[in-house]
Amino acid sequence: MKTYIAQRLGIGLLTLFGMSVVIFLMLRLAPGNIVDILFSTGGYVNPSERAAIEKELGLDKPLWAQYADWIGQMAVGNLGKSYRYDLPAWEVIKPLVPVTLELAALSLVVSVLLGVPTGVVSAVRQDTALDYLLRVFSLAGLSMPSFWLGMVIILGLVAWLGWIPPVTYVRPGDNLGLHLIQFMLPALAVGYRSSALIMRITRSSLLEVLREDYVRTAWAKGQSRRAVIWRHALKNAILPVVTVIGIEFAFLIGGLVVTETVFNLPGLARFLVQAILWRDYPIVQNLVMFIAVVVILSNLVVDMLYGVLDPRVRYGH
Amino acid sequence: MATRPLGAEVPAGALGSSSRWPAAIAALLFFCRKKPLGAVGGGIMLVIVLTAVFADQLQTYDPIATDAAQSLAPPSREHWLGSDHLGRDIYSRIVHGARVSLIVGLASTLLGSLLGGVIGLLSGYVGGTTDLVTQRVMDILQGLPLLVLALVMSAALGPSIPNVVLAISIPIIPRAARVIRASVLTIREMQYVEAARAIGLRHLRIAFRHILPNTIGPFIVLGTAQLGSAILVEAALSFLGVGVPEPYPSWGRMLSVSAAEYAQRAPWLVLFPGIAISLAVFGSNLLGDALRDTLDPRLRGA
Repeated sequence: MKTYIAQRLGIGLLTLFGMSVVIFLMLRLAPGNIVDILFSTGGYVNPSERAAIEKELGLDKPLWAQYADWIGQMAVGNLGKSYRYDLPAWEVIKPLVPVTLELAALSLVVSVLLGVPTGVVSAVRQDTALDYLLRVFSLAGLSMPSFWLGMVIILGLVAWLGWIPPVTYVRPGDNLGLHLIQFMLPALAVGYRSSALIMRITRSSLLEVLREDYVRTAWAKGQSRRAVIWRHALKNAILPVVTVIGIEFAFLIGGLVVTETVFNLPGLARFLVQAILWRDYPIVQNLVMFIAVVVILSNLVVDMLYGVLDPRVRYGH
Repeated sequence: MATRPLGAEVPAGALGSSSRWPAAIAALLFFCRKKPLGAVGGGIMLVIVLTAVFADQLQTYDPIATDAAQSLAPPSREHWLGSDHLGRDIYSRIVHGARVSLIVGLASTLLGSLLGGVIGLLSGYVGGTTDLVTQRVMDILQGLPLLVLALVMSAALGPSIPNVVLAISIPIIPRAARVIRASVLTIREMQYVEAARAIGLRHLRIAFRHILPNTIGPFIVLGTAQLGSAILVEAALSFLGVGVPEPYPSWGRMLSVSAAEYAQRAPWLVLFPGIAISLAVFGSNLLGDALRDTLDPRLRGA
């Protein structure tokens, strides 16, 4: 088990290394840097001033040196400085992390609470009108852009309830109720979309298990419907569902990029968009790496969960 | 999986007919009867394709002509779906948006699947260290959420239609490579490939002429599945302002510029483009599911 985790972490580190190269090069290929953008409002670029800023930010060095600087600094825990805010990158990023993690967690809860029960019902009532209805419902979720769904939810609230959601971020300390409402709306929009995949995999996995002999035995013993489905069948059907939940978590963060913008929440994802437009390299690089770490860790956690959920799974070679 | 001919589920009688057309129609009818939801999806996609092709004929106004007097006009007989803050006709913009969304979606799906397909083919056929290294590189590309990768790419390249296509196709590459590689691994061990090797064909010829055509099933399944997400990513990128640039009317862009500001006064700005996006993705998802069940039974329900 320990060697397995060590192995996985090693592969994870290699992946992160590769990703850092990809991200670094991609940003450098982009036309224009922060200096162009800083000067674009002024319209006039003073060449010596420009050179001074580029030197200060290290943009005059060759690419490999810039890359080595970044990785070397990151290795000792220094994330660099934000070009735009002239603050350490970590200072800028730190307050954004809890917002995004809270939103991602809430969305995941919504998607599981919505996806697993509908999947179970759909499987149990296979090929009935209810099954078709639920499948179309989930496919619709997969088809709607979550940011648009968010806009429609806001519109609906205003039109029917006359209630306008807060336009600025409400701290949990200031007004916990309003804070939760503010987060539940985007979580619903994003969670509905993610629930679709969870629903489909729950359905197909449960359909397979329901045909197994031991389930027939459970029925034959006269066990209640609830016990057979939720205790016997679902337990064995849940493994692929857990995998999808892990994958979904990574997708969720992608979905948040737009959703945070629509709901005006000061999270990582919205900030990433702004940092990209500003060519604020240290922020973009570190945010992307942060997302990559979250994705890799969530995959690892899912694999660990297998062992807990299914004692037959053994780690190692 | 891939070795079965495309029309395997078509009744024998239909295939036996002498002219090609009746056979194709019979196959189509058979598909519609067996997969009603898939047929609905195909119908939706057909309507969108026709809209895109005949956009110039279907428009009621010039989609980029502004008209200050008609700013934020509600849906009416003049402006069927209302007009935006610049007085541009929403209906005509949606009709033309179909063209942009479909072209970007199809082009990026095709590009990504082709590149990924070739990588998957070579990686699966050659095997060994090449395969291992390729797979790790694909892991790296797949380690980031699709939208994040496309966002960074698209912002890096700058807004233009070819750049958006490129940005959306990159995240599709690893997904395509994985699917095609998996089916190449099976096909590679088949007897006819062994026979081709035995008569001394060159490796490249075997890979491209004899193995590649047999991956067409998974390829189509993959393509329809990715088309929906490509359209969604394009909408999201355009919404964020790093996607399809002005003046092209794109569904995602229609939601961004004005929608947030004017949504309360003019909800039609938000509603109709979003419905268009959802319908297009819904159609391609329905069709993709049905095609997957028909062409690739192993993946059923996954």
